[in-house]
Amino acid sequence: MSAHAKTISLTVNGTRVEASVPPRQHLGDFLRERELLTGTHLGCEHGVCGACTILIDGEPARSCITFAVACDGRSVTTVEGLDDDPVATELREAFSAEHGLQCGFCTPGMLVAARDVVLRRPDADNPAIRTAMSGNLCRCTGYVGIVNAIRRVIDARNTNAG
Amino acid sequence: MKAVDFDYAQPATLDAALELLSREDVMVRPVAGSQSLGPMLNLRLAQPELLVDITRIAELQAIRLDGDRLTIGACVTHARLEDGDYPDVTRGVLPSVAAVIAYRAVRNRGTIGGSLAHADPAADWVNVLTALGADVVIAGTGGRRTVPMTDFILGVFETALQPGEIVAEIHVPALSDRARWGYYKVCRKTGEFSHATGAVLIDPARGVQRCVAGATSGKPVVIDGPALFEGGCTEAAMAAHLAGSPAADDPIALKTHTVALKRAIAQVMS
Ligand SMILES: Cc1cc2nc3c(=O)[nH]c(=O)nc-3n(C[C@H](O)[C@H](O)[C@H](O)COP(=O)(O)OP(=O)(O)OC[C@H]3O[C@@H](n4cnc5c(N)ncnc54)[C@H](O)[C@@H]3O)c2cc1C
Ligand code: FES
Ligand code: FES
Repeated sequence: MSAHAKTISLTVNGTRVEASVPPRQHLGDFLRERELLTGTHLGCEHGVCGACTILIDGEPARSCITFAVACDGRSVTTVEGLDDDPVATELREAFSAEHGLQCGFCTPGMLVAARDVVLRRPDADNPAIRTAMSGNLCRCTGYVGIVNAIRRVIDARNTNAG
Repeated sequence: MKAVDFDYAQPATLDAALELLSREDVMVRPVAGSQSLGPMLNLRLAQPELLVDITRIAELQAIRLDGDRLTIGACVTHARLEDGDYPDVTRGVLPSVAAVIAYRAVRNRGTIGGSLAHADPAADWVNVLTALGADVVIAGTGGRRTVPMTDFILGVFETALQPGEIVAEIHVPALSDRARWGYYKVCRKTGEFSHATGAVLIDPARGVQRCVAGATSGKPVVIDGPALFEGGCTEAAMAAHLAGSPAADDPIALKTHTVALKRAIAQVMS
């Protein structure tokens, strides 16, 4: 443990957590190694691949380039915390129906980013979905199934709303 | 991919932050969104002993209108500038540029002040705020000074900031209703850093006719006056303007910079 350890208190998937963290520990390692929430995947660890994307105070963020110590007082949501989230539920069904995943490594980050697109960009056409999802890399699917899954959820929501 | 064992402070006031940043007994560095410093720490390109997180300082989060200019606190995020919850004196330039920086997950934490202080020649604000004629307000324990963007960015990752100083706020002048703006980035992949950036501002009310060539492996190249408009943006002209930068001697880079600026110019001429 670091000589510089700091005590932080934050909410992780709705549960209050108090922890002593070394400042150099990034949020991704904190979630995986201390909270044992291994749904958050770490790929590049420098902000490029998007596998580690989680929510901080409801907004998507890279957990690999955000330090846990900087999240004192914040609310963090990982893919595990989206079990009962309506949009994430629709997305999980659509990803499965549209072959939006294969090995699943990118999927937790994809779901978090896709949820943000559905909520923030209900008017998105397919090129806009691709642009909005460009920060999440997938080595398996070729993206077509991912884009179609997001399209399906956006269309269904727009139909139900209209 | 793990950072060195640094210490960390999260002061609530600017004075407390500047006090910590003026310490000479440790290698100290400010951190804002950590979207550039985070990767550098993980790769151990940066090995500070103390990080001073400046994002909880309320005044650095503020956006306000001072007369006809907009004052943006250093810790305002790209996402907030994208979403536009402020009186936008630039008639859409700020939100449209913010929206094409990296990806939303990065924009939610990355800040305008961090972007300027990092001074990557390919960064959006580095080039756009130069084209807009913005000023940077620098704060240190000795007080504040205001520096025009053209004197703030000195080179690749090099700024006018002295040890212990931070970017406190940015002053963005208002554009008139006759102003026209063009912006084009050549990127290999959406959201990745630009290989050539063209930014163009014509504002007759302020007498501005400005082209900026960015991502040139040096500070932004400012070309004022009408020369490049109306077909003047040729490779030969660009070679002269980029003289001294590595881009001028590389035929591919020269072509890429010419294309970026030409496309930005086309947006204001159309
Ligand atoms: C995958 C990825 C893609 C990206 N693509 C782009 C892109 O296309 N265009 C673009 O412009 N940017 C891009 N970025 C960078 C991003 O915009 C960063 O947010 C920004 O450059 C730095 O802001 P920050 O608040 O995160 O600064 P930090 O990372 O916290 O700090 C960066 C540097 O500035 C210093 N610093 C921070 N704030 C201040 C201050 N107020 N005063 C003095 N020094 C300060 C720090 O000490 C450090 O040296 C990308 C980043 C990632 C991870
Ligand atoms: S692991 Fe965080 S972006 Fe790749
Ligand atoms: S499903 Fe394998 S990386 Fe995307």
